[in-house]
Amino acid sequence: MSENYRLEKGGLINRNKKIKFKFNGKKYFGYEGDTLASALLANGVHLVGRSFKYHRPRGFFGAGVDEPYAIVQMNRNNEVDPNVRATEQELFEGLEAKSVNCWPNVNFDIGAINNFLNKFFPAGFYYKTFMWPKSFWYKIYEPIIRKAAGFGAASIKHDKERYEHKYEYCDLLIAGTGPSGLASAYAAAQNGARVILAEDKSRIGGSLLVNEVTIGNQSGQEWAEKIISELKSMPNVIIKNRSQVFGYYDHNMLVMSERVSDHLPKTDKYTPKQRLWYIRAKEVIISSGSIERPLVFGNNDTPGVMLSSAAKEYLKVYGVLVGKKPIIFTNNDSGYETAIEFKKNGIDPLILDSRKNPDSEIIKEAKDLEISIKFSYVVVAANGYKKVNSANIAKISDDKKIISNIESIKCDCICVSGFWTPTIHLASQSGNKTKFNEEIDAFVPSKSKQKETTLGSANGVFTLEETLKTSFEKGSELSKQITNKENKVSIPTVVEKKSSKHDKFWCVPLPEGKNYKRFLDFQNDVSVSDIQLALREGYRSIEHVKRYTTLGMATDQGKTSNLNGLQLVSEVENKVVPQVGHTTFRPPYTPVAIGAIVGREVGKHSKPTRKSPMHYWHEKNNAVFVDAGVWLRPRYYKQGNENLFEASKREAKNVRQNVGVCDVTTLGKIDIKGPDAAEFLNRVYTNAWLKLPVGKARYGVMLREDGIVMDDGTTTRISENHYHMTTTTAQAANVLSHLEYYLQLVWPELNVNVVSSTEQWAGAAIAGPKSRDVLQRLFPDLDVSKEGLPFMGYMEGNLFGVNAKIFRISFSGELAYEVNVESDNGNFMWEKIMEIGKEFNIQPYGTEALSTLRIEMGHVAGSELDGRTIPYDNSLEGLVSKKKDFIGKRSLSKKAFIEPDRQKVVGVVPLDKKTSIPEGSYIVKDAKAKLPNPKLGHVSASCWSVEYDNPFSLAIIKDGKNMIGQKLFAMSPLKNKTIPVEIVSSHYVDPKGERVRS
Amino acid sequence: MLYIKCPHCGLRSQNEFSYGGDATVKRPELNKEVSDQNWDNFVYLRKSPRGKHLELWQHISGCRQWIKVERDTLTHEIFKTLKANEEL
Ligand SMILES: [Zn+2]
Repeated sequence: MSENYRLEKGGLINRNKKIKFKFNGKKYFGYEGDTLASALLANGVHLVGRSFKYHRPRGFFGAGVDEPYAIVQMNRNNEVDPNVRATEQELFEGLEAKSVNCWPNVNFDIGAINNFLNKFFPAGFYYKTFMWPKSFWYKIYEPIIRKAAGFGAASIKHDKERYEHKYEYCDLLIAGTGPSGLASAYAAAQNGARVILAEDKSRIGGSLLVNEVTIGNQSGQEWAEKIISELKSMPNVIIKNRSQVFGYYDHNMLVMSERVSDHLPKTDKYTPKQRLWYIRAKEVIISSGSIERPLVFGNNDTPGVMLSSAAKEYLKVYGVLVGKKPIIFTNNDSGYETAIEFKKNGIDPLILDSRKNPDSEIIKEAKDLEISIKFSYVVVAANGYKKVNSANIAKISDDKKIISNIESIKCDCICVSGFWTPTIHLASQSGNKTKFNEEIDAFVPSKSKQKETTLGSANGVFTLEETLKTSFEKGSELSKQITNKENKVSIPTVVEKKSSKHDKFWCVPLPEGKNYKRFLDFQNDVSVSDIQLALREGYRSIEHVKRYTTLGMATDQGKTSNLNGLQLVSEVENKVVPQVGHTTFRPPYTPVAIGAIVGREVGKHSKPTRKSPMHYWHEKNNAVFVDAGVWLRPRYYKQGNENLFEASKREAKNVRQNVGVCDVTTLGKIDIKGPDAAEFLNRVYTNAWLKLPVGKARYGVMLREDGIVMDDGTTTRISENHYHMTTTTAQAANVLSHLEYYLQLVWPELNVNVVSSTEQWAGAAIAGPKSRDVLQRLFPDLDVSKEGLPFMGYMEGNLFGVNAKIFRISFSGELAYEVNVESDNGNFMWEKIMEIGKEFNIQPYGTEALSTLRIEMGHVAGSELDGRTIPYDNSLEGLVSKKKDFIGKRSLSKKAFIEPDRQKVVGVVPLDKKTSIPEGSYIVKDAKAKLPNPKLGHVSASCWSVEYDNPFSLAIIKDGKNMIGQKLFAMSPLKNKTIPVEIVSSHYVDPKGERVRS
Repeated sequence: MLYIKCPHCGLRSQNEFSYGGDATVKRPELNKEVSDQNWDNFVYLRKSPRGKHLELWQHISGCRQWIKVERDTLTHEIFKTLKANEEL
């Protein structure tokens, strides 16, 4: 197919490189440097989508970020990307895109019936319609609305693309590379400031690429190229194109999304698809320019009606005609520039100017070129369904209230210019209370809130001369404050055409008897009558009107609609615009891919995986790993075809019968030193610590101030003023912060230092009746007998040349020891234990067997110490000192904590001795009671007791102390199970604790 | 993201810190009688002012020191940062 709307020459595209692409399954070609929009327009394609509510045909309205219509679904390298603006998507070989928001297809869209039923879709239609009958909502209305609504379909596949985050610091961040951005960047760079210059488009230069101006003795475009090449050679300047600064956050942090690879057929190796930049800038220059405002008239959403500035950009940048019989409808001089551009390329435009008698250089130029101009003329309505084919035009009275002489004129596009709206989003996000500028009928930034300065047309300055002057000056001034250097740059002379004043007129009245839809918000289909209705219904605050009508709420965030909406509200309400105020400009300025926000926080969320020094041994020996916080721990060691249940049972049984070894490196370890260490521990733990002798360990429980158990573990007195504390794996970091809090803020007078030593030590727990035999062989010179190393004893030893710490402590309830060596020696230790333990039938055991062993012994752990229980609940009240004070003690006398029927941990055995009880089950008295069945408590942990070969669970239940022996029920609504159970002591195995002391 | 000046390390981004609540709360002294009301006030009751707030942060990924930060809860403006042992 040939390109009928491409000019023979001109534009910034590379005509030597043709690019093939597909849109809605049809093949086209364009050129390198095209956007999908410009390439489609070159092929005469104007119908690209359907509108959100009425499913009216949609074409192109803009040429950049402001585009409300041309949203497509991209298919790139077998990944789909919804919600892509065709005006921003650069063309690449093999690009495939399709229309969204139409079903079954763009030419025949079933949703368009909404257009004929539009009485049912007034403002607030979501809230009003479909309310009756109620049951219809879920079954009929909602599914249909869902199917018909939305921009594209997100992929349900895992996104294979890579997204990155980057943190950057600079002196000046400059958002936008038009004249103000380039001039301020240049001046700042000359002063040695570190500058980041960001441009959302692929081409740098902004309005200089499309405006006919002269700077010095160069065209605007040539001047821009010269400045850029100089900036690029400077090491203190970073220039980023395809990069949108989309949010201005606290303390001068801005976030920018860089589309690194979206313009390529596929992402290169070692390159992300997109990169999110978190930039902390000392000063920010907002040179984001301005966006042309639409004029509002009947059927102004018809494909072929577009912004006059966009038509000019398609001509000048892409060499594309948006039409061959254009009408330019304007209230200011900008429309003339577009008309002149058409004329220069052999097309005869018709200018309709709402003004009565304007006069300026540029109007004179248009007249000299013999362009037809009608003053005091407006477009009343566009005609045509899928493409505009004519316009009803009319004369308008001086007061803009009466239209007359309506006639129909053939045309294939209507280019509208309603003057310019400064892009003040970033300034507003910074906290700048914007002000309304009557001169330009728009809001501009006022006093800076953070370190932001807005320049050029974003600040309401529309002459190039003033823009360049202020931008050079500001760039120099701001950078000088930071670098204390000043290299004066001379400000070039500018030649530009002077403009005459724009007309405040923006909305064409309806002709008598006509009921045209006049759209304000093109993406969300909000029309003049919708706003009028909302106001009649009593909505006053602009924020409410916005939410009720959805004005400015679509993905384009009202870039083209907000101001006209405000004008309308102010007119109906008879207020001035600043009294109405504007809605909040929230980031992001343009949609940002979720993938970019997530960055590398996928999978393990960039957290390092911590592995013990014995990890590779575990791997080689068929360990199946489980995540324990950031650690990987062996869950069980698989032998043959064993499953988890079989393997963990074997491992646990072997501990009870012979000896097992478990990697306990992951336990939190805190080194505590100082003359006041004993006093400190005495305040931190609930039990007494002042009299613990050197060489002894003690089990301790620590509380939060609200009396809830925070953590438990053993702490050993290594020497007079030196303790070795252990914490649970999960709470290690919290406990350290907790200790630091009390030492630094509450009791700074205590002379104690704490430091984490978790990673310095590798630990192995050797447990089982034969563990002493293994230990004796490991340390032949030590007396590790019952008397030599009693329960809770500690000694240091030499393990085949390696220093080791030996603790006689037990989590399994068996005779057990924990040996710690420096991490580097961990694997050596482990292999020695396995080698020596062989003759005693030693087997490694994982966390699953460890759990089984502790559950049947009734040792509480994380599932009982769940942040909701006090010592009593865990049968730890014996460890609570009555004499001394400690953190959280005062809370333990709270009424709820001393109720006689307070919850307590118990054991639970199924009556049939077969059915395992799901963790989380409720314990109830009567399985058949009416719902909600009052629950006594819940099952916190379950195992298969290897001692008795039947299921056993721990539960925390109300009045647990008096429930032993009761027959109750465990109910799991999730697993749909009701299991008759008996309540027993939580100490199911070895209730007197003889084994650990043996 | 806030930019917090750690009195020990200098300006660092918020993601190096963890929040610790009202810095003006004083823990009742050990081994002293405390009424139920006063204890509950200490454990649970916190003001949630709109405006200036002296609060604790811990420089958890830095020097691990607890510091005091005077911050406006509405605008996030930080007026002053102090070491743990310093008063406003
Ligand atoms: Zn610090």
